[in-house]
Amino acid sequence: MKVEAYVLLAIGVFFGIVCALYWFLSYETSGTLMLLGTMLLGLCPGSYYFWWSRRMKPRPEDNPNAERADGAGVVATFPSSSIWPFVLGVGAASIALSLVIGFWTASVGFVLAGAAVLGVVRESRRGGAV
Amino acid sequence: MTLAADRALLLTEHHEEEHGPSGVLKWITSTDHKVIGKSYTITSLVFFCLAGLMAMVIRTQLASPDATLVNQHLYNELFTMHGSLMLYLFAGPFAFGGLANFIVPLQCGAPDMAFPRLNALSYWLYLGGGLIMIGGFLTVGGAADFGWVAYAPLSNAVNTPGAGPDMWIVAVALTGFSAIFTGVNIAATVFYLRAPGLTMFRLPIFTWNMLVTGILILIAFPVLTAAIVMLWCDRHIGSHIYTVSGGGVPVLWQNLFWFFGHPEVYILALPYFGIVTDVLATFSRKPVFGYRGMVFATISIAALSTSVWAHHMFTTGTALLPFFSLMTYLIAVPTGVKFFNWIGTMWRGSITFETPMLYAVGFLIVFLFGGVTGILLASPPLDFAVHDTYFVVAHFHEVLFGSAVFGGFAGLYYWYPKFTGRMTREALGKASFWFMFVGFWVTFLPQYLLGLHGMPRRIAEYSAATGWLTLNRLSTAGAYLLFLSVALTMVNLLVSWFKPVASGDNPWDAQTLEWATSSPPPHHNFFWIPPIRSERPLWDYNHPDHTKLHQGNGHAPERAPALVGSSSVRIIQPGPGGSGDETGGTDR
Repeated sequence: MKVEAYVLLAIGVFFGIVCALYWFLSYETSGTLMLLGTMLLGLCPGSYYFWWSRRMKPRPEDNPNAERADGAGVVATFPSSSIWPFVLGVGAASIALSLVIGFWTASVGFVLAGAAVLGVVRESRRGGAV
Repeated sequence: MTLAADRALLLTEHHEEEHGPSGVLKWITSTDHKVIGKSYTITSLVFFCLAGLMAMVIRTQLASPDATLVNQHLYNELFTMHGSLMLYLFAGPFAFGGLANFIVPLQCGAPDMAFPRLNALSYWLYLGGGLIMIGGFLTVGGAADFGWVAYAPLSNAVNTPGAGPDMWIVAVALTGFSAIFTGVNIAATVFYLRAPGLTMFRLPIFTWNMLVTGILILIAFPVLTAAIVMLWCDRHIGSHIYTVSGGGVPVLWQNLFWFFGHPEVYILALPYFGIVTDVLATFSRKPVFGYRGMVFATISIAALSTSVWAHHMFTTGTALLPFFSLMTYLIAVPTGVKFFNWIGTMWRGSITFETPMLYAVGFLIVFLFGGVTGILLASPPLDFAVHDTYFVVAHFHEVLFGSAVFGGFAGLYYWYPKFTGRMTREALGKASFWFMFVGFWVTFLPQYLLGLHGMPRRIAEYSAATGWLTLNRLSTAGAYLLFLSVALTMVNLLVSWFKPVASGDNPWDAQTLEWATSSPPPHHNFFWIPPIRSERPLWDYNHPDHTKLHQGNGHAPERAPALVGSSSVRIIQPGPGGSGDETGGTDR
């Protein structure tokens, strides 16, 4: 977990420096704010990972001498197939399209997206397919 | 071409079958990263061909002075959609949606992407966005015609009214969300789903580059999405964010857009750097030279690329010239490290020139040329002279064509056997490469000269008195060669699919984990994984007697890998002595 944390923290530190440099050289607000946001994008998850990496045992994938047996067991639960991403995608596209061709497509879109959200939750609970 | 270790005889006590729907329903409902990766690859190649056809129309128009093949308005639509399709719908999604989706979990030894349903949603948003963008051509006013950068105030409701530009805006927002979800997915997969022993510094360079690309997507795309929502507000609810009349700042659009746009250029380049690195290592039969240097170079390029956005805005007079010029020059350093390492990887290797290797070496040459002219453009005095001329057009086409097409086709030919279990036709592939390599120079070198002679971008016609005709004709001839080359590759892909030549699991004697499983891989990818003790576990396993070079991570090499482990899968693997000894592996 440490390398992951360092990569993200390095991003945060780099953009912290660039952000300060840019502000004092240019006093330009939009670029400075975006650099500040980028710094936070590195620091927030990076410090969280760093905090965890000091409190947990190294995972098998962090151990250069790990045996394959160390990773035996259930990796994670993966849905085999699901219709809901498709429904949600069509719903989202309909909602987006309503900004162009009129708000009636949004109603269709919200129904589809709502159905998809309910469907995904239900599917996650019972672990079914399609 | 030697085939590595024969496929292990699988004696599965229970093995995971896919119990899903089949046919069209399978394609719609699948959350398997391999199916989604294939859908992404095919869709993005279709968009690539459409955008290529638009380029052919553009080049044909420019092959004669005062041409009337298409009118000014349609010409504007064509170059806008050519750029948008290539950048938003081909080069990025082909890399992080197509190849990365398929390959990254395999190279990590993972059963799937971290969030399979989010992955499927990414694809549907991408397809929806793509169709909406293309659908702009069906509207009364035609498709968007303000260039792929949509500069304010050209993109406001007065200068470019109509539904076509609005559909473009909506489509970019949708594909932006799709890219963000894919970025999250790739980062989570690399962070959490690696196989035991596969430390970060043993990941193949392609996966490293995709991780960095994923983080870069998370930096860049939200800015674009925010900017484009504000653009819509300006067009429809009078928010005046980018209009002077309402107290807004038009150049703010350029700041926001290029804060996305320049990282985007590297989102389009880094994956292809990764592909080329893997291909060069495989066909040189050597480990990657300077592995850690490669990783740090990738991270530095990504970091620097986010601090150079205003070098696209030198002529606006609002950019901090010394800062952005210096930062842009600095990118040449890690890129130089990469070139040094690529050459080092090939140095004294046992090189063979199969089609993927040809494309990878071609990439080195063409990308170097495009990159060097980029360094020229980083100099403000020179940029002032050639800004918005064909010099810039030639530069970014050399860079983007070099990475996305040369690098992309290297990846396509390299992984086609893994995608399909079939070999591509070498003769067609090599013919395609040579047409592309020649066509590339004939197309883009004259454009540099045209730029230096003062030909501006985005003009639909020019008079014969300008003297630009000969160079334009030459460029158009080159473009037709490129068309022929891409057509040959598409024919190759189809022929190889419909008249299959079985590839086996590891046709290239490659080094990384994706080749350890069958081609195409089974549901959830692996029945068995070789022990991972370096960044090329499969090579170590297949060549236990090979004298190992230093592999960049300082661990002593092991001879004859021990197969230990307990699991539900039992395999029989012929040992180095040739006798079959029964061993077990995990079914991760």
